[in-house]
Amino acid sequence: MNAGAGRRNTLPGFGLTMGLTLTWLSIIILIPLAGLFLKTFELSLDQFIAIVTSRRTLHALKISFGLSFAAALVNLVMGAIIVWALVRYRFPGRRIFDAIVDIPFALPTAVAGIALTSLFAQKGWLGAPLAELGIKVAFTPLGIFVAMVFIGIPFVVRTVQPVLIDLDVEIEEAAASLGANRWHTISRVIVPSLTPALLTGFALAFARAIGEYGSVIFIAGNLPNVSEIAPLLIVIRLSEFRYADATAIAVVMLLASFLVIFIVNRLQRWAQTRVPAY
Amino acid sequence: MTDGQLSWRPAKADVRSEPRLVRTIIIALTVLFLTVFVVLPLLIVFAQAFSRGAVAYLAALAEPEAVSAIKLTLIVAAISVGLNLVFGLIAAWAIAKFEFPGKTFLITLVDLPFSVSPVISGLVFVLLFGAQGYFGPWLQSHDIRILFAVPGIALATTFVTFPFVARALIPLMHEQGTLEEEAALSLGASGLQTFFRVTLPNIKWGVLYGVLLCNARAMGEFGAVSVVSGHIRGETNTMPLLVEILYNEYQFVAAFAIASLLAMLALITLIAKTVLERHLDEGLQPRDD
Repeated sequence: MNAGAGRRNTLPGFGLTMGLTLTWLSIIILIPLAGLFLKTFELSLDQFIAIVTSRRTLHALKISFGLSFAAALVNLVMGAIIVWALVRYRFPGRRIFDAIVDIPFALPTAVAGIALTSLFAQKGWLGAPLAELGIKVAFTPLGIFVAMVFIGIPFVVRTVQPVLIDLDVEIEEAAASLGANRWHTISRVIVPSLTPALLTGFALAFARAIGEYGSVIFIAGNLPNVSEIAPLLIVIRLSEFRYADATAIAVVMLLASFLVIFIVNRLQRWAQTRVPAY
Repeated sequence: MTDGQLSWRPAKADVRSEPRLVRTIIIALTVLFLTVFVVLPLLIVFAQAFSRGAVAYLAALAEPEAVSAIKLTLIVAAISVGLNLVFGLIAAWAIAKFEFPGKTFLITLVDLPFSVSPVISGLVFVLLFGAQGYFGPWLQSHDIRILFAVPGIALATTFVTFPFVARALIPLMHEQGTLEEEAALSLGASGLQTFFRVTLPNIKWGVLYGVLLCNARAMGEFGAVSVVSGHIRGETNTMPLLVEILYNEYQFVAAFAIASLLAMLALITLIAKTVLERHLDEGLQPRDD
């Protein structure tokens, strides 16, 4: 049988399963999300802008987007280093380190939150020595950054790792035999082949950090205009029954995530990198 | 070319490696980073949970509040994993076994919850079912509680874990193609027989994989559940929510005791995931050639 035969297949159940899929998708995902946008349209444009540009909201958005970007940059660099070590080198404990890269995915965010907080608190295992150096992590924006670095690292590692494993060895050997030194081989041959995966990992880590709540709020300190993240401000506005405010902030964040999905899809089409299933 | 001409180059093994110093620095950075950001957070959970000894640890877990949180977490996970398993199988059949326009877009929609902040995943249900929400007044007049009750928690959890099973199955079923199913059908099997006797055995590891990840997230979900739960003690607190409450009340041993259960769940999930990935790789290999 040739490949063409598979294309027009005779399997039953397409109509039924597609109908059920679309129905269930609409009930659980699409209608609730549409409700959010619908709610926003109850606001006038002026009201919407007033909410989003109020000092507290603007600061929370700046904190969320700015620190997420910085954390994703650290994830990009450290992720590349970690992938390189895990794929190319042999060292004791390599397989265990490889396996535990997924811990930030697997550990419930509230658990990660209290663990990082007690680790970096002033009397914590890492907080105490850092405090002697005059560095305060817990309950400051730096703490938010630390939690975001924690949550983002698997995205870069797991996106780049399969690409580096599949990278053709012969290209490197060819570059070397043509006289390229190791640095040239890495910067001109290896890095360009990894770039789409690295950027995908960066974008995924960035998107995750923007929306992250559980692992951040314990260590953040949550002072308005200082260390308050946008998702927390949504929760606060909800508890004050200021639904319009909560909705407006949520829409800004959602649109940003959709933009990131769009960019990631483009990146994937560019390079056929696979996104890890998280 | 003779060996003499090549002798100015490093040995072949060295062509693909870096100087010893660079290697050492890269390995040291990797070990240091993963220790600080992964190993220590995991260790401190157990260190804190047992900081007053095993008796205090077990006592914390036997508290009625803890027991009710564990029960609620199991119930909610069972509901949302069950729903997403059935949906995932149906969606994967429609998406992976057929070609149709808009397929990529549909997959993007299925993946959508991964890109939505957990807090927003909860918020959307507050906007639908809250007192000021679209269905709020109707629900109130019919005395149906969704928000601040189990249905709301289950809904938010189902939203958040929606993609896991479908996502594990779509690439797998796509790769397996339709030839085996077509053979079964041409031999007279019905559609359902084909699915249960041919398709399901082929994807069983993928199903387990999806259920495993779905379950881990369902039990550990915090943000979305926090928004819809209402935090009614002994009633609508799942394990992650109880962790937050106990921690904020400075009951650190109790908070970390519950957290340690969730950490163990994460570790077991990771180990099972590694084992399943090996099965999945094996399952695919004969089909590659």
